Amino acid sequence: MTEFDEIDLTLLRLLAEDATQSAGALGREVGLSQPAAWRRIKRLTDLGVIAGRRLDLDREALGFGVTVFLGVKLATKGRVSLDDFERAVSAIPEVQTVEHVLGLYDYRLRVVARDIADFERVLRRRIMTMPGVGDVEANVLLSEERRPGPI
Amino acid sequence: MQADPTLGGSELADRVGLSAARLSRRVERLRDQKILRGPRAVINWRALGYEVEVSLRVTLDKTQPRAFDDFIEAARAIREVIEIQTFVGRVDVRLSVIARDMPHYQGIYRDQILALPHIADIEALMHVARIKSDESLPL
Repeated sequence: MTEFDEIDLTLLRLLAEDATQSAGALGREVGLSQPAAWRRIKRLTDLGVIAGRRLDLDREALGFGVTVFLGVKLATKGRVSLDDFERAVSAIPEVQTVEHVLGLYDYRLRVVARDIADFERVLRRRIMTMPGVGDVEANVLLSEERRPGPI
Repeated sequence: MQADPTLGGSELADRVGLSAARLSRRVERLRDQKILRGPRAVINWRALGYEVEVSLRVTLDKTQPRAFDDFIEAARAIREVIEIQTFVGRVDVRLSVIARDMPHYQGIYRDQILALPHIADIEALMHVARIKSDESLPL
């Protein structure tokens, strides 16, 4: 397995907070020259550890007041194509994430909506109408905290 | 910008039909209001050697007035917990836990997760695959 040292992990933590920092500024934080920091960041990107960059938008300020997590069980396993379900559900703009899981549910979906009425519209018209959808459990998000993780 | 955070200022200005100066003023305004932050780097934990991700759905003992506060505070101290969410619904709190492999996960679960305060019930969902994860808003 590829090894990552403390400096790699610190760079990851800094970039996960703010990816706009220059290699020079990051290098100063960890005691590396600008080219050395750049090479490390390039390696982390090439190895896929840095999977991309994402804007952090204030959902509520932009009018998306409700986030709901749906646990979805497929009704007729084996007869519905998982690929078809995944493709159809991923195409719904309000569905932000789709995770295939093992356990009580088959899929876990993160859905954003303007308010509860808007969520009901998405649920009834877009999600419940998909072929193979069985049991659906909804939990409305109250608070969310992303932790830095083991780095 | 959401679709491609790497787009440069001039390219972005062309797409929305604004001058580069007016665009940068608008972006500054959104940043000042904290509506727009980042971009942040997205870490692929699997590429870093964390093969296991488990979603733990926790029901708390609500007869304890400080159940949520105590639980969340203690969960923050577990390094392998990468997300803490609270809900209205059947689930009270959800933790995302990552581990290098199953024995590592087993250790975290027994020694640290089960030691968290005020747990009434836990259900685990094991991640198989991420199908969509861009977290874009439908703007």
